[in-house]
Order: sequence, then structure tokens, then C-alpha cells
Amino acid sequence: MAISFVSKSPLLKRYQIPLSVFIVIGVSIALFYSVPLWGYRVPALVLLMVVSLFGLVFDIVTVVLSCLLSALIWNFFFIPPLFTFHIANGEDGLMFFMYFIMALVHSLLSFKIKEAEKIQRDKEDKESTIKLYNTLLNSLSHELKTPIAAIIGAVDTIQHNEMNLSEKNKLALINEIRIAGWRLNKEVENLLNMSRLESGSIKLKIDWADINEVVNMVLEKLEDKLGKHIIIFQPDDAIPLIKIDSILIEQVLYNLVNNALLYTPAGTSISISASVQNEICELVISDNGPGFPEAARAKAFNMFYRQPHHKTGGSGLGLSIAKGFVEAHQGTIMLLSNEGEGATFTIQIPVATSYIKNLNNE
Amino acid sequence: MNKEEILIIEDEPQIRKLLEINLESQGYKVKQASTAAMGLQMAANHPPDLILLDIGLPDMNGQDLLVELKNWFNQSVIILSVLDNEEEIVKALDNGAGDYVTKPFRTNELLARIRACLNRNKVEDNKTILSFQELQLDLLARTVTKDNENVKLTATEYKLLMLFAKNAGRVLTHQFILKEIWGVGFQSDTQYLRVFVGTLRKKIEQNPNKPQHILTESGVGYRFV
Repeated sequence: MAISFVSKSPLLKRYQIPLSVFIVIGVSIALFYSVPLWGYRVPALVLLMVVSLFGLVFDIVTVVLSCLLSALIWNFFFIPPLFTFHIANGEDGLMFFMYFIMALVHSLLSFKIKEAEKIQRDKEDKESTIKLYNTLLNSLSHELKTPIAAIIGAVDTIQHNEMNLSEKNKLALINEIRIAGWRLNKEVENLLNMSRLESGSIKLKIDWADINEVVNMVLEKLEDKLGKHIIIFQPDDAIPLIKIDSILIEQVLYNLVNNALLYTPAGTSISISASVQNEICELVISDNGPGFPEAARAKAFNMFYRQPHHKTGGSGLGLSIAKGFVEAHQGTIMLLSNEGEGATFTIQIPVATSYIKNLNNE
Repeated sequence: MNKEEILIIEDEPQIRKLLEINLESQGYKVKQASTAAMGLQMAANHPPDLILLDIGLPDMNGQDLLVELKNWFNQSVIILSVLDNEEEIVKALDNGAGDYVTKPFRTNELLARIRACLNRNKVEDNKTILSFQELQLDLLARTVTKDNENVKLTATEYKLLMLFAKNAGRVLTHQFILKEIWGVGFQSDTQYLRVFVGTLRKKIEQNPNKPQHILTESGVGYRFV
């Protein structure tokens, strides 16, 4: 921990030389007065220990400096004759020499370990970046190329196979082109939104909005995709107007409901509720689908994450965009889910409210 | 029938081709310009009945071009925009654009906008009864009926509905509506507008949760059909 502590604290890093000098001198003074207690050789071991500890925390230059300083201090203040750099006895001379070598070797070794750790960390960082990048590229090329392949394939078939195609099949192919085009459009929109979020260039256009209307708009846009799903939404007429960027919130709800439609079996219900209390707008979207296993729950909001073994198309951006847009409103989004028991997304956004809902006399 | 002429000012040849085929199949006469300068020249030489203007032209800012066109061109200009940027759209509408479509657009939608704009240029203000499916507005009697039943409206609701009905098919920005109904100085009071649209929908729509007459154009305004 000490290693990352220093590297993350620029102040400590900048003042490490004065700090280490200060510590060495402080310890030496304490040791100087303890000489009568245990003689002048024990302090050498204590100083050695201090310098060794420096090796864990400080840079190589600092450690070598401390090593030199403590050796000189020990020589000057502790080895008789005192207050000279002269060493009278051969045994002390040898000890001084060994002290110096040990301190130096020790600090060099800990420095090398630190270096190795850093390289390892950098490598891991790089690997995870590459991995993310690969996931991104795989996901992107698949998501973009599938509709492109559908369009080119369908057009080719119509152009070169005109004679053999029944009118019905031709219309089916044209329909495929239409679906692929809109899918491509949606993917590009997602990517643009994601890059807006990533670059921090999202600027909220906050205005009064009727949240019931926002939900209704989303349901209308999803009408073609509803299929056999049952949507439960009871607009609360007494709900106040709230100040939000309704386009972004519409997108959030669209992504969540769209996900629910994609990942839950036909015939199941998806319920949506909107409420406002204490200047907090709460939106809850829950489904009766297969839910999220624990591993998936933790990663659900990650960019480009998709639950494994799902054939449903999608870039894995929907939830991260939803999260980004909610957080741009200083709000939170939570996923509660157990495998096999459906999923519930709860969004809470702090909002200004207005209750001037019924101006019947005007 | 006299063929109405539409000038397309758009730099992308693919989009021009698509528009040309579509519009000609509907009986319109189509002219094309690939730059703003060329478009201005063509519009000045022989004013068309309607202009389709791509807001993202290479040689001139689309908004500036629009302002310049609107100085002397009295017919409708419909904006084509790739930017799904409501601010840009609102600005274009405030600069006098008759309507807008964002790319990718549905052809039917574009044709409906074109028809609405062309009709608007012709319609005279002497109709006293306006009908929208089950809705009937009698401008002389100042009454509104839904399925032949009288709908009671407050003064402001009536004013708002009139504004919508007279601009049927056309998108009205929040600012425009606020100015028309409440006057200058109230343009930022969108909460009143939301409330009145809400109550009006409850009175005139079959299902206020799925409005068929007062449509919301997210971030831009409302369109009455």
C-alpha cells in the first residue's frame, strides 16, 4: 500500500528529501542520547532499519542520500573518536563499510521491486485497455456490419435476381433493408451519445416537463416493438411538472423499456411508474423476465457489456448511456434483480417541481 | 394540373437523387442545387414554390442562408437536418423556416410536410369551420365540438386551440406559442404552456395519453393535426 501511497501523493513525493533528512536526523538525535543504554553499535542497526523502510516508500535518489547521510552521522556522532570522521578501530571500520554496503544493497533491491511492480501494473492497465478496445471493436464491427450486410445482401438479391423473386419476397427484402437502416441509425445514435458522454460535452437543456407525457412518448415510439408484451403504466394526474432535460430522460426510459422488451419473453409484463416526492422524481421500470445473475448485475452498466449467451442484437451501450444521462441530472440509477425473478431499475433525480396544474379559471 | 416547383439545396448527391425520384413521382417539378451560392442564384432567378434546404451545406452556414432567403423569398422553406439538435431546429424555425425533417427521414413524413407547406401558401383565411376528424371548430360561433358534442373550453384554452388549428400541420415552437397566447415577456413560462396543453388534451383528445391532435415534438414544440 505504501508504494501507491507515495506515488499518489504529489506533496509527499515533492518533499521526500527534506522529510527523509528530517527523519534520519531526528532518529539519530534520539539514538545519540540512548548510547549509554545500549552502546554505539545498536544505533547502526536502527538507522539501517530506517533506511530500509525508506526503500519501500521513497525514490532511489532519496534512499541513497539517506543511506549516505545516516552512514556519515553514525561515523561522526557514534563511532569513537566522536565528532570526527576518523575511525580508530579496525572492527568499527569494517562495520561502517558493511553498514554502507547493506544499506545501499537494501535500498537498491526495494527500488527494483518497486520498478517491477510498476511495470507489471502498467502492463495490466495496458492489457485491460486493449481488452476493452477489442471488445469495443468486436461489438462495433458486429453491430454495424450486420445491418450493412443485410442491406447490401438484400439490394444485391433484388438487383441480380429480379426475375426469380416473387413480389412477396421482394417486399420482404425491402422490409429487411428498412429494418437494417433504422437499426444502423440507432447504433450510430448510441455511439454519438456515448462519445458525447465520454467527452463530457453533454449540456442539459432543462425545462418544465410533464413526466407522464415523457413516458407516453416513449411508449408511442416503442409501439412497433411491443409485440405481445403487456405494458403497465398508470399516469398519476396529480404529479407536478418537473424540470428535466426531457429529451435525455426520454432516451433513458426508451433504453430501459427497450431492454426489457428485448430480454424478457413475450406475454410477460413490464411496469413503469413515475412519482415525485420531496423534489425527487422516481422512475421505476420493472419486468418479470429472467433477471440478472449476480455477475451480470455488477457489470450491467459497463460500456459494451452484454449478457453472455443472449442472441438479441445490441451494442451494450443502452444502460451505460442511461446511467450517464441520469448522472448528468445529478441522479442515480439502481438495478435490483435476482436471477429468475425479473429486474427492477429505479431512477432518482433531484428536480424542481411546479404544482400549477389546474388553471381552470383562466 | 400546374406542376409545383421544388428547389432542393443539398450537397449530398445521394440525398438529392432520392428526393428527386420521390418528388417527381408525386408530380412535382424538381430543381437541384449542390451549394448555397447556386441555390440562392436559382431561387432568385426563378422563385420555386418551395425550397428544401439542407442546413449543413459546405459553403455557407445554413441558418445564415435561411435568413438571407427569407429576406425576399415568401414561400415555405423546409429544413433538412442531420443534426438531431433541437436547438438548431428551433433556431431555424425562429429564422422563418416553415418546417423541418431530420435525416434519416421517412419519405411519407417529408411528403406530408411538403403538402402542408404548399397548402398553407394557398389557404385563404375565410373558412369559418375547421374540421379535424371528430373535432369541429366553428370560428364564428366560437364553439368546439367533439363527435358533435359541445366541448367546454376556457378562454385561454380556446385561444390556444385556435392558434393550433390555424397552423394545422405545422410545428409551432414553445416560444412562438407563448408569445402568441401570453404576449412578449412570458416566453420562458413553459410551465403554463405544458399545463394548458395537458388540460386541452384531456378535453379534445379521445385518449389524452395517446394524443392524436396535439402532437409533441420533443424539445421543439407542438404540431396540431
